[in-house]
Amino acid sequence: MMFLRYAVYRFFTMLLTLWVVSILVFVIINLPPGDYLSNQIAELRATGQAEGVAKAEFLRTEYALDRPLWEQYLIWVGFSPGPNGFSGLIQGDFGWSFEFDRPVGEIVGDALWLTVLVNLAAVLFVYLIALPLGVLAAAKSETWVDYTAGFVGYLGLATPNFLLALILFYYGHKYFNLPIGGLMDPVYEGQPMSWLKVKSILLHMIVPTFVIGTSGAAAMMQRLRANMLDELSKPYVETAKAKGLAPAKLLAKYPLRMAFNPFVADIGNLLPAMVSGSVLVSVVLGLQTIGPYLLAALKSQDQFLAAFVLMFVALLTLIGTMISDMLLVLLDPRIRYGGRGA
Amino acid sequence: MPPILEVDALTIGFGNAEPVVRDVSFSVNAGETLALVGESGSGKTLTCRSVLKILPEAAQMRSGRITFAGSSGAVNLLDASERQMRQVRGNQISMIFQEPMRSLSPLHRLGNQVAEVLHIHRGLSLSAAKREVLEQFEKVGFVDPERAWRSYPFEMSGGMRQRAMIAMAMVAKPEVLIADEPTTALDVTTQAQVLGLIRKLQQDTGMAVILVTHDLGVVANMAQQVVVMNKGRVMEAGRATDVLGAPAHRYTAKLFAAAPMIPEVAKPARAMARDDVILDLHNVTKTFTLRAGGWRKPVQVTACRDVNLQVERGKTLAVVGESGSGKTTCARVALGSERPDAGGEVLFHPGSGQDPLPVHDMTTAQRTAFQREAQMVFQDPYSSLSPRMRVLDALTEPMDIHKIGNRADRRDKAAEMLRLVGLNPDMLGRYPHAFSGGQRQRLSIARALTLDPKLLICDEPTSALDVSVQEQILTLLEDIRDHAQLSYLFISHDLAVVARIADEVAVMRAGVIVEQAPPDTLFYNPQHPYTKALIAAQPEPDMSRPIDLQLVAKGAGAPTSWPEMFRFDGPDAPALRELEPGHMVRCHA
Repeated sequence: MMFLRYAVYRFFTMLLTLWVVSILVFVIINLPPGDYLSNQIAELRATGQAEGVAKAEFLRTEYALDRPLWEQYLIWVGFSPGPNGFSGLIQGDFGWSFEFDRPVGEIVGDALWLTVLVNLAAVLFVYLIALPLGVLAAAKSETWVDYTAGFVGYLGLATPNFLLALILFYYGHKYFNLPIGGLMDPVYEGQPMSWLKVKSILLHMIVPTFVIGTSGAAAMMQRLRANMLDELSKPYVETAKAKGLAPAKLLAKYPLRMAFNPFVADIGNLLPAMVSGSVLVSVVLGLQTIGPYLLAALKSQDQFLAAFVLMFVALLTLIGTMISDMLLVLLDPRIRYGGRGA
Repeated sequence: MPPILEVDALTIGFGNAEPVVRDVSFSVNAGETLALVGESGSGKTLTCRSVLKILPEAAQMRSGRITFAGSSGAVNLLDASERQMRQVRGNQISMIFQEPMRSLSPLHRLGNQVAEVLHIHRGLSLSAAKREVLEQFEKVGFVDPERAWRSYPFEMSGGMRQRAMIAMAMVAKPEVLIADEPTTALDVTTQAQVLGLIRKLQQDTGMAVILVTHDLGVVANMAQQVVVMNKGRVMEAGRATDVLGAPAHRYTAKLFAAAPMIPEVAKPARAMARDDVILDLHNVTKTFTLRAGGWRKPVQVTACRDVNLQVERGKTLAVVGESGSGKTTCARVALGSERPDAGGEVLFHPGSGQDPLPVHDMTTAQRTAFQREAQMVFQDPYSSLSPRMRVLDALTEPMDIHKIGNRADRRDKAAEMLRLVGLNPDMLGRYPHAFSGGQRQRLSIARALTLDPKLLICDEPTSALDVSVQEQILTLLEDIRDHAQLSYLFISHDLAVVARIADEVAVMRAGVIVEQAPPDTLFYNPQHPYTKALIAAQPEPDMSRPIDLQLVAKGAGAPTSWPEMFRFDGPDAPALRELEPGHMVRCHA
């Protein structure tokens, strides 16, 4: 029951945070003077295209850009009615992209779940690589196993992602006939889900997952190794040894369990780091994630699109942190029973 | 019958360096207790760990034999493979460690950790092992074994955790138990009970015990055989009655002289005069609010309640109590680092006849002046000195902060302070890691003295030190007090230490002072059951005066378990009454 209460509490704090984030995002996006439409109107006036001006003026009133900033905010979120009644984020209307001249929801539709997919795969990759390597490096510290793992790790940290991407594409295509660029074969784009489409996506994801995950995995591995080394010198490890526990079991049951906390706590940080870190990679690899859209929107002050993408990344982060917080409560009795006992 | 465990000419070393354990031999019989006695660095811990071969990786066992003649025949453990050793560990020879908190995993339930032993050695599943584990829990004194099975270590007190450790070591019915300073981290009353428990379990099972300790009092209460070690060598070995009765070696005699003892007192002391008080704690209560997280209700904990204490100028007032009794909170309030709850105040009298200053209500200038005159010496000399500051910097920093003198003056003062605490002024350029524990504590005392304070608050200044070093530090503190007319507020858990240095003692329990008197009065005529328990629990290095466990049990429990006259529950404690001049006891009229 305690846990359920905590989950509810955590969910509400998440909503509260999300609300604060929405204000920040909106303010920051509106900090530079002017907006997409006023820039465009100025440009059209200068070149004397009157009909374009009319359309832009229409969009300005349609999306309430002529109103004070606080009103714009309330309308955008959906707290107060705009020119067309309540129609904001809460109601599921994400606004209009002036750059692409289409509703935001339509543009990012596919990209959203592809982003989630690519990044989840990358996170999974990070954990699958970092966990065994980190534990091994700590258990065999100061031997060739440790040094090799460390070397590979630093290599992963030091290699620029896009460079790694290009190299992998070249060799992946040459030796394994892996596809280059994109997240699926162009014939499947806009098609309904099918077995072949899934297969194509999976095949296309191999290189991006590797590229986006490597540096994260390297950093995580080093952290886990350091945590494990700390734990290995603790007296409870000695106790377990004095019980007659075999080394592998001992390692898994006691120090790993203890070293796991920071590992779990990192889930929250990992997600946004990967989303924002993978913008460049997505551009280079031609991935249809929201990364490239974010870049384009920020460059042209396409405010609704940019704001939506930022809100989405914030939501991912908050969900990640919530998951890791709740896992920690489940995993660590000291947090669960905090305040009781010593 | 051959001894069950025989260590013969064991030598252990690290790398190419000189051996740290040299030519150590001893043997222990079934049903007998052998005490390995020595100070830190004597090699006693390495020796006992080598029996289970759980030494640090860099340590090499260079020569010798460890013959274990258990029920499965005699083997030389030094030749045994890692696989064979795992059969022995926890099964035939088991071990308990010094710090029960850190030696148990905080993430696993006690039941799981104890039953694991049976899982490893008998192949039992958790639930199959449960019955045996519960039985063992009952034997080590858990009132509710089921609850202990479900508990996590951090939900228990130190004594209970050590009982759980003992249950874990005993559950597979080992033939030899190695106890490495099993009670050093415990309060003295808890220590008495845990020692009693080990003795009782030994009588029941007939196992042999190797007890590693630095405390001759513990030896006298437990051991039949004694091995005294120093710097890796055996100094003296033999039957406990012989070694303790008439120590043959100089080193043993030195340990004896250093062991603090509660003196036999022929008559009570005269009441302390109170005409020149330097520090006055008046009605100090301190409540902490624990906020564990947004979704839980905050918990209110009262660390100390209605504390009234006066430190007389040039004298030592000692506050004695177990961990959690509120003594450190009192010290922190006295220094102004915590504010007492409304209604309490602390007054500081800078000089005789001068107006008192309220410690928690000072101007910035007054506060700076107060900080010069009241200084603190901390418990752990290893963590209270910055490892990155030279001794010179550490000693001159206080003068730096208070802008006293120029560089040369400060340096001279630092050198003078080093001489005062018995160190060589040449050492100013060194870093703290180059000093031993006792030397570091001298450094912290020197640092506290650089501002020529009038009041020194010592928070367990000797409890992290070896007995012989403790003796030196106490002598030093006494000399400085008499030489510089200092006043001490001395916090300790050890009555025997306090017996020596204090002019007045306040015994604290559960946040309140239960008895207060000059030490001689307290030892001559202890009134409160808790004070009696504290005195009775003190292990004396004299085999004819064993610990009276019944007396300990009577007073060491919760305040609700005390005799009618003293009993209280929670906040409604009876008042502190003056029995005779200068002797106050908290009891119902």
